[in-house]
Amino acid sequence: MLAETDPGASGAPHPLAPVPYSVRAVATETPDTTTLVLEPVGSRRIGRPTPGQFVMLYAFGVGESPIGVAGGNSDGQLVHTVRNVGKVTNALSHLTPGDTVGVRGPYGHGWPIAEATGRDLVIVAGGLGLPPLRPVIYQLFAHRESYGRVEIIYGARTPKDLVYYDEVQSWRRRNDLRLQVTVDAAGRDWYGDVGVVTTRLPDARFDAGRTTAFVCGPEIMMRLTAQALVGRGVAPDGVWISMERNMKCAVGFCGHCQFGPSFVCRDGPVLRYDRVAPLLRLREV
Amino acid sequence: MGEAKVGSRRVLTRDTFPELFRALVESGYEVVGPTVRDGAIVYDRLRSVEELPIGWTDRQEAGTYRLERRNDRALFGYNVGPFTWKKFLFPSRERLWTAVRKEGSFTVETEPTNGPPVAFFGLRACELAGLVVTDRVFAGGPVADPGYSGRRSRVFRIAVQCGQAGGTCFCVSMGTGPAVRGGADLVLTEILSPGPHRFLLEVGSEAGADVVDRLPGPSVAAGSEERARAEEIVEATANSMGRRMETHGIRELLRDNLEHPRWEIVAARCLSCTNCTMVCPTCFCSAQEEVPELDGEKVERWRRWDSCFNLAFTELHGASVRKSGLSRYRQWMTHKLGTWHDQFGTSGCVGCGRCITWCPVGIDLTEEVAAIRASPGAIAPKAGGKT
Repeated sequence: MLAETDPGASGAPHPLAPVPYSVRAVATETPDTTTLVLEPVGSRRIGRPTPGQFVMLYAFGVGESPIGVAGGNSDGQLVHTVRNVGKVTNALSHLTPGDTVGVRGPYGHGWPIAEATGRDLVIVAGGLGLPPLRPVIYQLFAHRESYGRVEIIYGARTPKDLVYYDEVQSWRRRNDLRLQVTVDAAGRDWYGDVGVVTTRLPDARFDAGRTTAFVCGPEIMMRLTAQALVGRGVAPDGVWISMERNMKCAVGFCGHCQFGPSFVCRDGPVLRYDRVAPLLRLREV
Repeated sequence: MGEAKVGSRRVLTRDTFPELFRALVESGYEVVGPTVRDGAIVYDRLRSVEELPIGWTDRQEAGTYRLERRNDRALFGYNVGPFTWKKFLFPSRERLWTAVRKEGSFTVETEPTNGPPVAFFGLRACELAGLVVTDRVFAGGPVADPGYSGRRSRVFRIAVQCGQAGGTCFCVSMGTGPAVRGGADLVLTEILSPGPHRFLLEVGSEAGADVVDRLPGPSVAAGSEERARAEEIVEATANSMGRRMETHGIRELLRDNLEHPRWEIVAARCLSCTNCTMVCPTCFCSAQEEVPELDGEKVERWRRWDSCFNLAFTELHGASVRKSGLSRYRQWMTHKLGTWHDQFGTSGCVGCGRCITWCPVGIDLTEEVAAIRASPGAIAPKAGGKT
């Protein structure tokens, strides 16, 4: 028999079609970074993301960009922090409450929180690497007893590049974790640490033999941090990084995000360090 | 009741061959197949058998493709041209959806995935293998592409076993040809001699049997003579491959030689023109384009072929990850022959030779693999080592 129609026509949503979401709130984090709180417009919504996953955010008439999930709730709310670095993120950065954006996803494999149960946890964020780690931190707070020592190191280029500033300060008040905030360069009005995140690692307190590390930030920062962690005795298969590559489709069709054998969109973005370490050493992979 | 079954064989003479075409049309298929246009054999809509490249052949070498007259009236006396069947399943430009502003929000309408059944008339063994590869890419993962899957479900495949090998062919090395082993609804072998010009027709599926049952006249089982002759033809083709490539351990060979000096040598020749990716039957990379109307109320999302040789392909925060030609050629070849195995459990190369033929400077990936194999590990630290 000849097929006049096909199974794909049976009403399943197209994997590349965005779902409308309404902008509920907008907050300026830094001069070039904005946090958006989104809510579903109608009954349609994407599945609930797990920490470390990302979505494709769509600005009507402009295009799509892959953006990590920084938060959300069971009502379908999504929180994203966007840095204005291109055409699409520029449009996303200029949204105001009530505007509509498109969302599809969630995509990829996130942080393997379950594997960290019972272990010490080192979380290292560089710059805009903090938003994709934020859901991990709150999951950690919710199940604090399930983990050993927790060490959070957050670095940015300058004090004014730190995102979620007040929120991060509130974490300081907790006595069940250690937080170090550092910047690469600062003026006299900065009383905190100065230096890249790896300079804070020697002060970090964790039992290397039972530590899982989640690292997110620029590629070079992740590579050097992973090397430093391994240098302190953390097993390479206990270190996880979140890779970033150009993504157009997010479902493994478009080919753009390949990193060696991995499709960052599908196999990542969170990848185990020991599996990618040989490629991280090379340029232009 | 139909007489033909999977595995049935018939002989069609050159005079009765158009009946096969007619049976396809009567079965409701749009027929696409090879035809001569602009100095090349391309795949397009066919209206009759007379539009096939009758009496033509193609001479191929690295960077060379020429149509030449044969001294006979063969219908399938050529190998493969610049087009692949991929374009009918994964068009070079395709609208994915249309969005319209509505009451402060917007609605999205996706493209219909239904359409007419299409018969691919004249698939080569390597091209059938290419279909298997693109099936895995677009329909074998956790998410299936609706457009590809829909079109693919309506394809009828008439394969032709090659009666000659092209100058850049290496299907034997890739294990994809020249014999057709499954994956086709009907399989043809053209027999030019000895005896009259005729075709051995083998049924590969129930759909194929339905078409054969529409052929007029009593069913004539193929004689042992035609079957033996078809085997001879395929064997002779296998023995005259223009190229060969050693594939043993190729995934590991390439993985462990990402810093081999050979990449610099090939990169000095490569123009990053994207030709190899445009003619490849399995290259699947695409870009998406947002096409808004002037009033800003309606926008179309289009997908078009992209290539890992384009500088913008890896753009991240305003700069490209793969800036050098070296890195882009290395990505293409190591993906095609190496990491494709990790991703899809198969090579991305089917040995059709198009990338060699259509490279304007004649870069030959079989030669590149051989060069790396001749001095593996040159300057390169082994992957997995410590720094």
